[in-house]
Amino acid sequence: MSRGAEREFAAGSWREGVMNAEWPLWEVFIRPRRGLSHSHVGSLHAPDAAMALRNARDVYTRRQEGVSIWVVPAAAIVASSPDEKDAFFDPAADKVYRHPTFYEVPEGAAHL
Amino acid sequence: MSDVMEYALRLGDDALIAAQRLSEWYASSPEMEEDIALANIALDQLGVARLLLTYAGELEGAGRDEDDLAFLRDEADFRNCLLVELPGGDFGFTITRLLLLSAYQRPLYEALTDSGDERLAGIGGKARKESAYHLDHSALWTVRLGDGTDESHRRMQAAVDELWPYTHELFASDELTRRLAADGVGVDPAALRGDWLSTVDGVLKEATLTRPADGWAPSGGRQGRHTEAMSYLLGEMQSVHRAHPGARW
Repeated sequence: MSRGAEREFAAGSWREGVMNAEWPLWEVFIRPRRGLSHSHVGSLHAPDAAMALRNARDVYTRRQEGVSIWVVPAAAIVASSPDEKDAFFDPAADKVYRHPTFYEVPEGAAHL
Repeated sequence: MSDVMEYALRLGDDALIAAQRLSEWYASSPEMEEDIALANIALDQLGVARLLLTYAGELEGAGRDEDDLAFLRDEADFRNCLLVELPGGDFGFTITRLLLLSAYQRPLYEALTDSGDERLAGIGGKARKESAYHLDHSALWTVRLGDGTDESHRRMQAAVDELWPYTHELFASDELTRRLAADGVGVDPAALRGDWLSTVDGVLKEATLTRPADGWAPSGGRQGRHTEAMSYLLGEMQSVHRAHPGARW
């Protein structure tokens, strides 16, 4: 999100939050340590992005779970639909040639 | 009472009473997320209080531990500033108080890391990062509420106006702090006000809040002369321990 769009989103959700007495939802991603990817850990409510990041720190990293946090407005996530599950995922089921299982692993090659 | 013990009580009681006031929000915050945030901050304050009261008890050498000092002292023996004991108020009042307090505690703990007293230096080292977060949290909220709606702005300005006089006590030097500062053990509180003022000023400005004029400066907490609210606070905080002395989980 651009800086301007982020401000607009924050301002909009803040107004909405005041009106509805409910803050928008944010999805939280945590990187447990260097070298690993951010993983989705849960969600929370916050009035804007900066507060969402602080809330994520308080809710999800109390026990040193991570070294980096992403927060994403839940509304900004485009998700696949459960209705499309068959068309999306089933065709991959019988494509065994997509798995790199036909190579012989050279002796002594670790981490393969 | 030794100078260092007295000093540890001042700092420790500030943290203890701040923790008690913050924990009153538990399950009452505007949202669950804020509940957790304030409880975290209360526990940070309590953690520092425990270290300082434990140290004070050791310096005294009379066998009193942190629980004895927290739960079995009477009002006149508490050395906290009046700012932390003032009663309740709304969420804006709590946020404003946390801003004013943590903007003072952060440079205080930072300076304490250079103390010639190893225990105090260690406590400062642990506490300064926590204070930095308390300041960050309260500053973010101050800006949002001060520069929010007409109603939130009105409440925040009222809180700043009400609390401002009580901040002067934080920076009042006396014989004890001068001796400890000269020995390189304690921090001269008067020396912290410049840092504090520039932090608070910046936040208030961004929050479109007006800094009140300096004037009336109530004090007495460091000598054990507290406001009416303190006895009620202690009554609640100490009731379980006094009803069940020595009880353990």
